[in-house]
Amino acid sequence: MTGGDVFQDLEREFGPASGFAVQPVRDEVPTIWVPRESVTPVLKFLKNSAPQPYRMLYDLTAIDERKRVHREGQPESDFTLVYHLLSLERNADVRIKTALQGEYPTAASITNVFPAANWYEREVWDMFGIKFDGHPNLRRILMPPTWEGHPLRKEHPARATEMGPFQMSAERVDREQEALRFHPEEWGMKPRGENSEYLFLNLGPNHPGVHGVIRFLLQLDGEEILDVVPEIGFHHRGAEKMAERQTWHTFIPYTDRVDYLGGSMNNLAYVLAVEKLAGVDVPDRAKVIRIMLSEFFRLASHLVWYGTLAQDLGALSPVFFTFNDRERIFDIVEAITGGRMHPSWFRIGGVAQDLPQGWDRLVEDFLRYMPARLREYDMLVLQNRIFKARTQGIGVFTREEAIEWGMTGPGLRSTGLGWDFRKQRPYGGYDQFEFDIPVGANGDCYDRATVRVEEMRQSLRIIEQCRKIMPAGPYKSAHPLATPPVKERTMHDIETLIAHFLSVSWGPVIPAGEAFAGIEATKGNNGYYLISDGGIHAYRARIRAPSFPHIQMVPLISRGLIIADLIAILGSVDFVLADVDR
Amino acid sequence: MSDVVLHLLTIVGVLAAALTIAAGLIWGERRLLALWQDRYGPNRVGPFGLLQVVADIIKIFTKEDWIPPFADRAVFVLAPGIVFAAGLMVFAILPVTPGIAVVRLNVGVLYFLAISSLGAYGVVLAGWSSSSKYSLLGGMRAAAQVLTYEVFMGLSLMGVVMIAGSFDLGRIVEAQKNLWFCVPQFFGLLVFFMAGLAEAHRSPFDLPESDSELVAGYHSEYSGMKFGMFFVGEYLSITVISALIATLFFGGWLGPVLPPVVWFMLKTFVFIGGFILMRATLPRPRYDQLMALGWKLLLPLTLLNLLITGAIVLAAR
Repeated sequence: MTGGDVFQDLEREFGPASGFAVQPVRDEVPTIWVPRESVTPVLKFLKNSAPQPYRMLYDLTAIDERKRVHREGQPESDFTLVYHLLSLERNADVRIKTALQGEYPTAASITNVFPAANWYEREVWDMFGIKFDGHPNLRRILMPPTWEGHPLRKEHPARATEMGPFQMSAERVDREQEALRFHPEEWGMKPRGENSEYLFLNLGPNHPGVHGVIRFLLQLDGEEILDVVPEIGFHHRGAEKMAERQTWHTFIPYTDRVDYLGGSMNNLAYVLAVEKLAGVDVPDRAKVIRIMLSEFFRLASHLVWYGTLAQDLGALSPVFFTFNDRERIFDIVEAITGGRMHPSWFRIGGVAQDLPQGWDRLVEDFLRYMPARLREYDMLVLQNRIFKARTQGIGVFTREEAIEWGMTGPGLRSTGLGWDFRKQRPYGGYDQFEFDIPVGANGDCYDRATVRVEEMRQSLRIIEQCRKIMPAGPYKSAHPLATPPVKERTMHDIETLIAHFLSVSWGPVIPAGEAFAGIEATKGNNGYYLISDGGIHAYRARIRAPSFPHIQMVPLISRGLIIADLIAILGSVDFVLADVDR
Repeated sequence: MSDVVLHLLTIVGVLAAALTIAAGLIWGERRLLALWQDRYGPNRVGPFGLLQVVADIIKIFTKEDWIPPFADRAVFVLAPGIVFAAGLMVFAILPVTPGIAVVRLNVGVLYFLAISSLGAYGVVLAGWSSSSKYSLLGGMRAAAQVLTYEVFMGLSLMGVVMIAGSFDLGRIVEAQKNLWFCVPQFFGLLVFFMAGLAEAHRSPFDLPESDSELVAGYHSEYSGMKFGMFFVGEYLSITVISALIATLFFGGWLGPVLPPVVWFMLKTFVFIGGFILMRATLPRPRYDQLMALGWKLLLPLTLLNLLITGAIVLAAR
């Protein structure tokens, strides 16, 4: 693996002696080590002046390298910062890494280059204890402010049993509650204006309009929103930490629950990344089965979004209709997988089982049923004049803003940019399907809605093609790392029996290396950046979830509107709290 | 003597009917909504789930009736009472049949307008006294909404009054012997229906409570029977508005074959059903959009309606 064009661009700009180094990885993302002090200029160059620039900060995370054994060809490092940039023009990514030394190192904040880095740097500080100089407000983001330690550091325990007994004394209750009090000054807000005192309203963490446990602190003048501070982390479950103690195989069920409306589709991003690490090729039948299930889950997720958006805007009925339809999808999912919302059904190297007899009839019935329902919802919701009045021209962002803030998925497409990973980088077999990428024009709540609705029709198209072309053949790879191996073969050859025994009882040993796989998930781009140290666990698993940057963007598009608009914006952004907090 | 007894019987009868209908609507609305939303609704307690009403009443009476320590206690307790009482008081003037009405006021329409404005105080005071930000915002919205909609709710009825030549609801019904006022006063009906929605805080004009934005708006802090009074108060005002629509625009008790009381009830229930259907269908406009609709569209429409009606009435004389 070479550094590709981007490495040449960098060498041309900064000279060959600037200490850049290319690291071999198992995916197609050029990975370049950059000295600590060059990070900001390099990122500035890549964002602003490089040919076909990398304008989106796709992800920013860190790796605790202190316990890592297989680091061949990498500079000395205790903690590594990873900047993952995306160029829409090149349709390519680049991974910039920088080495930090010491137990609690410090790095320069890049919020002046990429404003979207704000939350990511807070997350890295929260999880690793790495400080960022020049960050406007470096405070914990996922863990409570009273938390001791930084969970993703290797010395931090992963299980409650490794910690002392938990006691919630009265003083502790008081302390924790006091920590939740909102201090506007800490966020640079003034308590009063020229003529009036502002109202600070706690919207959430338990509020019917916010779809889960998230808190929005509103600075209000009357009902007008002057500023918003989203507070997240209430749904944080340490999925990334768990990946470090679950085996590669037993982590699959955790991924289902990251975007909990996306079900199996979450598995896809994860198993694709593991398969890149392990070098497993997936048989055609498994690919098409996976895509069919993923599209069913996209439909299911969009149906929830459709109904709840209408409900947020005061229409009571659509949510019942769409949930009924979702129930029909779950009936099919149940017939195929045995599970419903979280079937954990994809496996390293394929899927858990073959399709049941008669699956195609179920799918056919659904394909006949659904289009009429979608037309009905169009009349009930999208064409309703009150709905239009509530959503058109509300929560507008431009294409540049969307890219700047790391917005992907229907949000990005609502600005008129037909960027869809299924088309741009066909993964997992999407290249064999015919479908369109619906786009909007204005980037407002209404366009985000129409894009999603049209996407549902495209999903139906894909599912129909899946039914037609479903190839014959195995549903799981014969590769020894496919977990668990195909059961029928274990009774015939000793090698498969041993592989079966080991990878089920112990866990598959994935070769050391790094790989990233991103998919077009229900909410936007979901990706897993996995690092194997040659063991049965991930050394580090980074989940790039779309909802995290999307929520970071909410204040930007809410200022100057009123509470009712904020509810419309939240509904149209379509986030899932588990996807924000992981 | 028998007059007094008859009067007392009427009062008790109307009161009982009003409360029964309002409580029954708790069940009726849920069943109707369920029907329109492809589900069953309450169907377990008693025949067709009818006893759900009883179960709900028992539940609401036995729930903890909590007054937040930060609330303005006296006003907090008073507010639901105002809403409830105002709702009930309007029933006094409804002419159910030519013979049955608690009182026959010669200023019936004005009385209704006055009392329904009083009910708005209950909502505003509830929002204010709760000392909760969500309640306050709900109360503020209610105040603005009431101010807007009171204006042309009154004006929308003046066309009817002009044609009938009386504020007395009984006379208004009698004046519709030949032609229901929904025909000559179509715009009046339209505006009154909208104003009625706003008056009863019914979806899509339920902004003072809009659950997805303000949790429950002005009654966020209420529980137990005090909440129950707001709840039943809402159904009371739906019933009242529906009965008034029937009386003022659809000939009240008038109708062939069936006895007058049946006609009156039938018409009222159709409009109640209409209210519920609205709730099952429409999203909620934004607060400023509702105001804009009121001041910029409905008010001019009402004034125009008034002008034309006045001219025609004058010309016909």
